[in-house]
Amino acid sequence: MSDEYVTLSTKLAMPYRYVAGVIGSKFFTELRDNKKILARRCPECKRVIMPPREYCPKCFSVKTDEWVELSGEGSIESFTIIRYTEPKIQPVEPPYAVGVIKLDGTDGGLTHIIGDVDLDKIEVGMRVKAVFSDERRGNILDIGYFKPI
Amino acid sequence: MGRVGIVGIGQTQFRSKREDVNSVELVNEAVRAALADAQLTIKDIDAIIIGNMEHFESINYSEMWTIDGSGGYMKPVMKITTGGTTGSTIACAGFYQVSSGMFDRVLVIGWEHLSESDTTGAIASCSDPIWERSVMAGAVGPLAIVASEYMRIHGTTEEDAARVAVQAHKNALNNPYAHLHLDITVDDVLNSAMLSYPMKLLDMCPTSDGACAMVFAEDKSAREITDNVAWVKSVATRHDTAFFGDGGLKHGDKLRSLYLATEEAYTRAGIKNPFKELDVIEMYEPSSWSALTWVDSLHICEPGEAPKLFEEGVLSMKGELPLNPSGGVISTNPIGATGAVRVAEAALQIRGMADRRQVPDVELAMATGFGGSGWSDVMILER
Repeated sequence: MSDEYVTLSTKLAMPYRYVAGVIGSKFFTELRDNKKILARRCPECKRVIMPPREYCPKCFSVKTDEWVELSGEGSIESFTIIRYTEPKIQPVEPPYAVGVIKLDGTDGGLTHIIGDVDLDKIEVGMRVKAVFSDERRGNILDIGYFKPI
Repeated sequence: MGRVGIVGIGQTQFRSKREDVNSVELVNEAVRAALADAQLTIKDIDAIIIGNMEHFESINYSEMWTIDGSGGYMKPVMKITTGGTTGSTIACAGFYQVSSGMFDRVLVIGWEHLSESDTTGAIASCSDPIWERSVMAGAVGPLAIVASEYMRIHGTTEEDAARVAVQAHKNALNNPYAHLHLDITVDDVLNSAMLSYPMKLLDMCPTSDGACAMVFAEDKSAREITDNVAWVKSVATRHDTAFFGDGGLKHGDKLRSLYLATEEAYTRAGIKNPFKELDVIEMYEPSSWSALTWVDSLHICEPGEAPKLFEEGVLSMKGELPLNPSGGVISTNPIGATGAVRVAEAALQIRGMADRRQVPDVELAMATGFGGSGWSDVMILER
């Protein structure tokens, strides 16, 4: 019997192409082309859903039927400051702040980066607004980050 | 519906790297141990439920790959993958299958060979790719947000959380299967690397390799196998919404799914005062901070009282309601097996087989599972 444990090191490179869907496509084209942030209203409970979806996750009955244009301003609902480094999955170099942004006029929170800010001064309830990326490709990082107003 | 009980339990050694066995051998180690405990052979098993997060090993069809280890050849096999709850969901499914009357004896197996692949990358692939992956991927960030919320609402300190980690690691010293055996102090936790405020390295669970198997049997069959059965008294499951931004996980005051699942499990079990009636809890706590929020969700204290329960030793081995005698997830986290270990450890407590980590005279024990966007499984066992 050998006392050596043999292992095989290998790598799977798997490209993916994710579909944004009917609602997501409208959201991301408006974001990319017109710097507009849109949410969706549920006709039943009247909640304004963010991220926008075809069906309200709570009522689950009739389709959402109305786009609502947001101002891009909101408040920090909760946050943390990322200090550990995982280059494969991190959108920017640590340290940086991420949080849940409650956009004005919506009933859900959008998770995003909080930037252009003194990391020690971020507070829950702080007012922030979306800063759009110069080069927009039709994804969620077309909003570069949210910065304090 | 007749009673359903756990009659066999098998765990592997949990380590950061189990390079001495491949996944098939790892699964088999737990299966052999569970069958030996029940004094059964694979011929006595009517059906098999196997669970893991297969993309964590970058494989697929893990139920097929592992069949030589699980004993599933020419048997009905079902694979379950529900994130962190995988292990508790296979226990629920074992209970469901036996309860259906279709099978008398069902073998459930949870396993993970996490060291074989990139856990953080795999967890990142669990987030919605369009909306949340690029900004919120990984386990630490979201749990750190829950922690900072709990801190803000209740004025909890970093010492409060550190005490939870110290208790978990202290308990793990009594558990020969546990991955980490760390004799640490509150200062060690406070001085460990800051990952994502207020979450530090020693507040977080590790990643582990290992497997856990159990045999569920119907009333008559169970009594034929052993007179030492951990009977299932009730189960309940709740799922929250998908997005972190509108899910229950972002609220630091409680884990909504656990709050509702425990409420249902108590009602089904006829439990009026869980703090008084439960003798031990094996709770799935991915971090010390999560343990505070999750304990507040069990209806055993008022909101914000969890730090006090830990500080006063109420949840310690000598306390009124010991929590995680095994050392919990903070000491051992083989993801697809983690929830199964909670159920297995609760069953060992009921059966008086937990050796140095045994709580005296356990009549009623609860196990919980946690995963994904705030999913919760609850299983209550009785003697």
